[in-house]
Amino acid sequence: MAESSAVLHLRSYLQIAWLWIRAAWQYPTSFVLLAVGNGLITALDFVGLWIMFAHLDDLAGFTLPEVALLYGSASLALAVADTAIGSVERIGTYIRTGRLDQMMTKPVPLLVQVCADQFTLRRLGRLTQASIVFGWACTYVDWTPARVVVAVSMLVSGGLVFFGLFVGFSCVQFWTTDATEFANAFTYGGATVTQYPLNIFPREVLVGLTFVIPVAFVNWYPCLFLLGRSDPTGMPEALQFASPVAGVLTMAAALLVWRSGVRHYTSTGS
Amino acid sequence: MSVTEPLIDVRDLERTFDVRRRVEGRRRRVRDSVLAVHDLTFSVDAGEMVGYIGPNGAGKSTTIKMLTGILVPTGGQVRVAGLDPSRDRVELARRIGVVFGQRSTLWWDLPLRDSFALLQKMYRIPPARYRDNLDRFVDLLDLGDQLDTPVRQLSLGQRMRGDITAALLHDPEVLYLDEPTIGLDVVSKGRLREFLRALNDERGTTLVLTTHDLQDIEALCDRVIVIDHGTSVFDGPLAGLHEQGGSTRTLVVDLVDEAPPIEVPGAVVRRVEGPRQWLSFPAEASAAPVVAAVAASYDVADLSIQEPDIEDVIRELYSRGA
Repeated sequence: MAESSAVLHLRSYLQIAWLWIRAAWQYPTSFVLLAVGNGLITALDFVGLWIMFAHLDDLAGFTLPEVALLYGSASLALAVADTAIGSVERIGTYIRTGRLDQMMTKPVPLLVQVCADQFTLRRLGRLTQASIVFGWACTYVDWTPARVVVAVSMLVSGGLVFFGLFVGFSCVQFWTTDATEFANAFTYGGATVTQYPLNIFPREVLVGLTFVIPVAFVNWYPCLFLLGRSDPTGMPEALQFASPVAGVLTMAAALLVWRSGVRHYTSTGS
Repeated sequence: MSVTEPLIDVRDLERTFDVRRRVEGRRRRVRDSVLAVHDLTFSVDAGEMVGYIGPNGAGKSTTIKMLTGILVPTGGQVRVAGLDPSRDRVELARRIGVVFGQRSTLWWDLPLRDSFALLQKMYRIPPARYRDNLDRFVDLLDLGDQLDTPVRQLSLGQRMRGDITAALLHDPEVLYLDEPTIGLDVVSKGRLREFLRALNDERGTTLVLTTHDLQDIEALCDRVIVIDHGTSVFDGPLAGLHEQGGSTRTLVVDLVDEAPPIEVPGAVVRRVEGPRQWLSFPAEASAAPVVAAVAASYDVADLSIQEPDIEDVIRELYSRGA
């Protein structure tokens, strides 16, 4: 039952998203320019890292391919989550314009509609860049079956963690309608932090990124395993396999916050 | 009396909002609780056409939002089609249609047809029924030529008809219309009203209409609920509204010659202008005895009757409620 409804929701999601893709194709030039522009910006992002390594041999003991693995995996998880459900951060706007009210009168769960709304492939640029960086970094990994499993679960769990962060922090807008920046601080902020080896930060920050905003599970812990490194900060080794737990917990917490947000929703005046 | 449950059942409904208010001389804003809707009780049977009217801020939208499950009530009960709207919102959505007059649900850049096709999937309307309904509404609402036009190129009237079609494809039991004729020209308004009447006649679709256009109400609604300051101040047939509002009809008499004010039982002269006199009498009374009495005692060149202005009646009700 639960499974079949999940399939139905996914299908609804794809149907709505497909209509938005077609709508975007009504303006093909603008679609292509946006995607290319987006790709360029994210490419420059990695060039920044590259330039840094031109002046350093390593970053807190991590070489360029190792940092690229951290960067690529976090970036990939973020790009997937952002493409799939990025519009959830716009619920403040949906509330103000009454669009959320309209969605609430449709027989598809609100979260599915909000996530699929204005679905856009312009983040394809980031997705491509992240895949290339990750793919290149993977060639430096000494693969074993266990590492393949951890790598796959890392990407899926990373997507779930960002999904949870996006949804959870966007819910703040149910209480105060203009808090997109606040949400961004945790989602995109969290993603930026994970592009570096986390041992460059004080231990307190690492603990926070593990147990409060669990972005350390998106790449840091599983990548340590992929790279066959012992944790330079001395955190328990079990954490390197705990990404799926973190992903599921973050997502479950986010769904609870979402439900409570919808119950507290007060709509607009008219 | 029918034993079936009413389609919409509202009891002691209440909704408060927390509002933060800035107070002079205080650093922090003060929290106030505002009663948007309170002590609201009414029920609507299947097949009724109800006008839900009231001034801005009276609680109309708040009520509609609780009926559709958008807002959770803070007190009292609502049931629509046997469901609790806020708890069973998604399930209820299959059985109701909602049109918010000023906001379109259609895909701006795509032809109408595409929006309709997505709705078919969202509501899981069987293909045969979908085709039937689409053909029928497109024909009745005269949308045939617009089906393949991107929505952004449609006129306001065409878009409104598109939105109404979108809300009806799944054969809802109730249709909520919020200001459906706002911004439309006279011809479009007339056509839309005709369509809604036919919908109610043929399919028994229950209609709940909020509007500022009282002609909508006069043309469509057998029953009116007037809400003011969050609670119902009148609930009954349109005719009864006149009674309660103390409204009057006016008999305009053109006499052959100028005369002193006419004196007949049951009517009073309000105005005299040369040979023309205006007599008012209660709206619920019959005009016949008044006309007969005037004709019996005076030389009458012409007579006409002006119906009461419902707008005045409602204004009167509001001011009394305040």
